[in-house]
Amino acid sequence: MNDLALVLQNVETFYGKIHALKGVSLEVPKGKIVTLLGSNGAGKTTTLKTISGLIQASAGKIEFYGRDISKEKAHKIVSMGLIHVPEGRRIFKDLAVKENLELGGFTLKDESLRRKRIEHVFEMFPRLKDRQKQIGGTLSGGEQQMLAIGRAMMTDPKLLLLDEPSMGLAPLIVQDIMRIIKQLNSEGTTILLVEQNAKIALKLADYGYVLETGELVMEGDSTELRQDERITKAYLGE
Amino acid sequence: MVNSVGFKDRVTETIKGKKTRVLFLSLLVIIVALLPLGVNNYIEEVMTNTFFYIILALGLNIVIGYAGLVDLGYAAFFAVGAYTTGILMRYGLNFWLTIPIAVIFCVIAGIIIGGPTLRLRSDYLAIVTLGFGEITRITARNLKVTGGASGLVGIQRPTIFGHKLYQITDFYYTFFILVILAIIVSLRIYHSRLGRAWQYIREDEDAAEAMGIDPVKTKLYAYMIGAAFGGVAGAFFAVKMTAISPETFAFTQSAMILLAVILGGMGKIPGAILGAVFLVFFPEIFREIGQMRMLLFGILLVIIMVFRPQGLWPERKS
Repeated sequence: MNDLALVLQNVETFYGKIHALKGVSLEVPKGKIVTLLGSNGAGKTTTLKTISGLIQASAGKIEFYGRDISKEKAHKIVSMGLIHVPEGRRIFKDLAVKENLELGGFTLKDESLRRKRIEHVFEMFPRLKDRQKQIGGTLSGGEQQMLAIGRAMMTDPKLLLLDEPSMGLAPLIVQDIMRIIKQLNSEGTTILLVEQNAKIALKLADYGYVLETGELVMEGDSTELRQDERITKAYLGE
Repeated sequence: MVNSVGFKDRVTETIKGKKTRVLFLSLLVIIVALLPLGVNNYIEEVMTNTFFYIILALGLNIVIGYAGLVDLGYAAFFAVGAYTTGILMRYGLNFWLTIPIAVIFCVIAGIIIGGPTLRLRSDYLAIVTLGFGEITRITARNLKVTGGASGLVGIQRPTIFGHKLYQITDFYYTFFILVILAIIVSLRIYHSRLGRAWQYIREDEDAAEAMGIDPVKTKLYAYMIGAAFGGVAGAFFAVKMTAISPETFAFTQSAMILLAVILGGMGKIPGAILGAVFLVFFPEIFREIGQMRMLLFGILLVIIMVFRPQGLWPERKS
């Protein structure tokens, strides 16, 4: 039990009357990368939003480091060290790069610590350092994704939820982003990665789950999943 | 290192820009401070009225401009402040002591309106605040303690250091000082942690929450602080006019203040000031053409909104 960062037990979520998650159970061990695969509308984003408290689960249990967070408010969950990088990046387009990072450190009360973290993010993403005064909306898609991840790293999270970081990016940039995710993970951040691009996600992850219309249909080590016929047919296009 | 030259230029530029700005501002303050020596009572009255609307516009600017919330019933806070002072003074309380109580009552009113409604989306929030403004006015008209439809009359003039605030010049300076205080408070809040939180919430509430900001609490603070501005302005309004009636706080009053903020440019202190100045000055300057001036005023407002939808002096945007 102790080496699990996140546990979902039979989590159910509704969007109004739509039963979006029909009992999802998954585990994310500490220090690992776990990926959640599935096609459009399978409920991947809903799963992340439910975990981070942006949507309330109607049933089930969500445990973060042994503590039930299914009833907590989103901003409380953030202060526990669980950060959600939402789909479509959602950076502040009217604010400068540095201001976006300052927002990421909003929960930090210590100014010097915030400055130190910004420096660390700049080390990780030199491109952002060059563009720190630039307005977020004028960055390229890849840079915006870097900013979104960098912003999330400001609080030094224990668990990072990444929602489709590869979306809308050129293949070369996707590789960049994946390298960064790998690096974050090797520095000790546990990651739950939601992806449509199963190929790159399985290359990166240790373990994978496959979600279909609100239910988990498959799980396994990523090396196994990569060889599974159903996966290769449905998601890898081979 | 490459852009270090550009950086140096930028630094000197900002310092220079700051210098001219400080010079300009101090000149403006001196002119406004010396103005009563050279003008008649009418202009002093108009200026005092302008100061009054500047304070209200700055207060509403916190709600609308900083936090991005709609409020169509801002006059209600100003009414709560004015009535609190008026009623308490009737019971013999010193004017200066009624101010903190008026502020507290306004903050409570802010919580009452904000608490249950801040989960609403902006258009619904607009309706609720509109209703709140009307409820406050109608309540004031029907309660005994507020003097019913005729309101409160004969509110005492306050004294400060043995000097009774009586003449228009006294109120000119009183409101001028309040304007300066309101500007300082607005500036401090804008650059505070709370100010930044508002900015984030305004831009993208979900993303802000995902970064650990409590949106409901943060928005509630905006209502509370905005209400406090209204309360102070209302308290001073009561002793300046010596009489207040429910119709003073009708919807048109809320609309006026809202107009000042939107016209000037939301979220910007000079914008709110400019908006208030414009709003008070325009009908006064064109007083000679009689009723026509409101028509002209309306047309001008429409033209401004068509060509400068962001306001006369808006916040920096990309």
